[in-house]
Amino acid sequence: MTQIHVSTTINGDAGEFLCEPDETLLDVLRDRLGLTGAKEGCGTGDCGACSVTVDGRLICSCLMLGAEADGREVTTIEGMANGETLHPLQRKFLEHAALQCGICTPGILVAAKALLEKNPNPTETEARYWLAGNLCRCTGYDKIIRAVMDAAHEMRGA
Amino acid sequence: MALDDKHEADGRVFKVVGTRPVRPDGIDKVTGRARFGADMSMPGMLVGWVLRSPHAHAQIRSIDTSKAEALPGVKAVVTRKDFTAESDDVLDNCMAGAKALYDGHAVAAVAAVSAKVAKQALKLIAVDYEVLPHVTDVDEAMKLDAPVLHKDKTDETVPAGMSKNVIQRFEYGHGDVEAGFAEADEIVSRSFKTAATHQGYIEPHACVASMGPDGQADLWVCTQGHYMVRNVCAPMLGMDIGKLRVTASEIGGGFGGKTTVFLEPVALMLSRKSGRPVKMVMTREDVLRATGPTASTSIDVKIGMKKDGTITAGWAEMRYQGGAYPGSPVQFGAMAAFAPYNLKHVKTIGWDVVTNRPKQAAYRAPGAPMGAYVVESVIDELCGNLGLDRLSVRLKNASTEGAKASYGPRFGKIGLTATLEAAKAHPHYSAPLGPSQGRGISCGFWFNFGGDTSVSLSVNNDGTISLSEGNPDIGGSRASMTMMAAEELGIPYDSVRTIIADTSALGQNEVTDGSRVTFAVGLATIKAARDAITKMCSRAAKVWGIDEDAVIWEDGHAKPAGPNAGKFPPMSLAEIAAQASNTGGPIAGHHEVNAEGAGVSFATHMCDAEVDPETGAVKILRYTVFQDAGKAVHPAYVEGQFQGGAVQGIGWALNEEYIYGKDGRLQNPGFLDYRVPVASDLPMIDTVIIEVPNPGHPYGVRGVGETSIVPPLAAVANAVSAAAGVRLTELPMSPPRVLKAIDTARA
Repeated sequence: MTQIHVSTTINGDAGEFLCEPDETLLDVLRDRLGLTGAKEGCGTGDCGACSVTVDGRLICSCLMLGAEADGREVTTIEGMANGETLHPLQRKFLEHAALQCGICTPGILVAAKALLEKNPNPTETEARYWLAGNLCRCTGYDKIIRAVMDAAHEMRGA
Repeated sequence: MALDDKHEADGRVFKVVGTRPVRPDGIDKVTGRARFGADMSMPGMLVGWVLRSPHAHAQIRSIDTSKAEALPGVKAVVTRKDFTAESDDVLDNCMAGAKALYDGHAVAAVAAVSAKVAKQALKLIAVDYEVLPHVTDVDEAMKLDAPVLHKDKTDETVPAGMSKNVIQRFEYGHGDVEAGFAEADEIVSRSFKTAATHQGYIEPHACVASMGPDGQADLWVCTQGHYMVRNVCAPMLGMDIGKLRVTASEIGGGFGGKTTVFLEPVALMLSRKSGRPVKMVMTREDVLRATGPTASTSIDVKIGMKKDGTITAGWAEMRYQGGAYPGSPVQFGAMAAFAPYNLKHVKTIGWDVVTNRPKQAAYRAPGAPMGAYVVESVIDELCGNLGLDRLSVRLKNASTEGAKASYGPRFGKIGLTATLEAAKAHPHYSAPLGPSQGRGISCGFWFNFGGDTSVSLSVNNDGTISLSEGNPDIGGSRASMTMMAAEELGIPYDSVRTIIADTSALGQNEVTDGSRVTFAVGLATIKAARDAITKMCSRAAKVWGIDEDAVIWEDGHAKPAGPNAGKFPPMSLAEIAAQASNTGGPIAGHHEVNAEGAGVSFATHMCDAEVDPETGAVKILRYTVFQDAGKAVHPAYVEGQFQGGAVQGIGWALNEEYIYGKDGRLQNPGFLDYRVPVASDLPMIDTVIIEVPNPGHPYGVRGVGETSIVPPLAAVANAVSAAAGVRLTELPMSPPRVLKAIDTARA
């Protein structure tokens, strides 16, 4: 099978890669581009650990083909901080101890950022339903939700 | 230490311990930089894939790998024949021998240049199976006509005439339960069942193995214990332990499920045969079919109570299947079930049973949640029948210091009563409930462990500290170690960096399990810091030309004491460090110990649930955890353990179960159908940290990781039973089961 040539923008940088026709975007990110921040927890779109945005839309990168990224803008956890400056969500996750093992954290941060871009003032219930596609097995979600609500509050004030 | 002694930390004003600093691995984990098991690559690396049995029980007549080996891009194929080491259950579970014992049992593995080639190769391996009858239910497996898994694993505790699937019998207790039941005004007997649940860590098992022709090997792996991985794998490969260096990656959850090996010996063998590094990563389906879960259980329980709430006797017979090999956690279940209560007459019997399911792995307080579920359910029912307050009855019967535990020893200083009193005083307990809503209470107990621990603490020339420990950090333990080192040395948190060293750097370290790390590694860290302090005091004495016994350590400084007090200005840690080379050489503290005195831990949980009588669906409305932490080093991560355990327990109570078809195959090997709790299922989980110092730790720390999953099964079941108006006796309480119970009660 011939590999496909893909031109795309990842975290603001234009780039190119070759991939198999049946290769997922997640595998491309992790195995070809060295962006291992997105994780594979299930490979079936149930856990959200591989969350990225494509043209601003939140997706599970295990459910999208790498070839489909052609001409689009992909944003991953690696693009969330601005140099040394953390995104407010990243900072609030640390302040609230909203992670234990940390494997779900990149996906949850990407998903939470997408939520706040769409809805800067979510209710707790809205935040819980938006993040219902991101499994966390360690925290019971309490501190995650608190961190997201606190970040939203701070970002509205800024 | 006598029971009435004061704790050495009494009156101590902590500066770092008890605060909530950002964890040292935090930035890496919010930016995607942290490297987990599957995030490692090595030059020239191959990928390894496993062929798994599609049958629940089958004789393996032969395996023909020749076509797979001939496929271009395939560099090695491994079957059990490659492992010449003496057979044991762990090896047999990693790679099947004469029989495949469960759906998903590994039978062969391939290393190839790509996943695509490896998967093609798996299809070319021809396994000739003779399919055998199977059994997956614990009660069925105990029947005399059940298919037998092993002919020779039953031990002498099992009476003659039982199925060979019954492996071991346990018995605990004291007194005369029949006499106790004769004193009771009310007796309730019930039978319960609980489904097998998986630890459900989000990170699948992963490793990269690299072995050279000189027989030396390196292994990168997500595990709860890299020393365990080394000690278990090296003999399987016929290697000296010292030739295998294992490095623990960041670990994406474990909950006990990563306290054994699955892929690791296979990856090492593939690397040996191919001469190249080999990476192996499980799929989620592999994880659910072939690793973890805990036991499913069938339990009978009988408890007697007087009208005043005194429990006169407790008895339980517990049957746990632990999958295809001996070792279900029934022993811990039988020990822990009645531990919260000070009983004159108590007896538990446990049966360890094998079935055609994956070999169980430890799951957070292994065996205890099921025991607490049945005992606390029946106590709840007795309180209801006698019209008694559920917390008052528990307080009346609670184990306290000096009480003889149901599993034998007498308790030392414990905090169960404190958790119950905190629960009684909490606004949650008196909050009103609406229609179809119920409140459940449960207590829970876990032993906590210590074990072999080795820590090394280097004083760097600039006065900073490098702390090396050997226990993978699952939930923030590096922060706790950093805090304890800083506290003891009297320096800022930021001056200490803690790392998880590889297996060549330190002495033996027991696995991150048994809620042992903050206790045991913390203890070793404090003692290593004290060792360094002794050396630093000696260096200061040398500089000052005084006796080293006349130097004390205060607030990060050596100070002359006794007759020399005030004669020299205090010397800071940084000043001593800067001169180290001239005063005798580098300064380091270390401590090696088999840590004892872990200190048991108790909790009380309170849950409000609402049941939809039309659908049987349950909504958790409010949840509060009261648990004794001894001393909370980093309170945010203690709360996190309370919350996480409670929610795993809620999942166990309401959603999660291994579902087997008639063919003995797992029907729900994915997160869509094996449904762990999601954010929208839950309320906030409130926590109350109780601190009854553990005499066995310099600061009073008790492990907190496991106790938190012991009470929730019963707390939720009691709430649901109150809300539904009928006693639920089977987990999970999925909507169809709840609806059926409601309909049956109505009929």
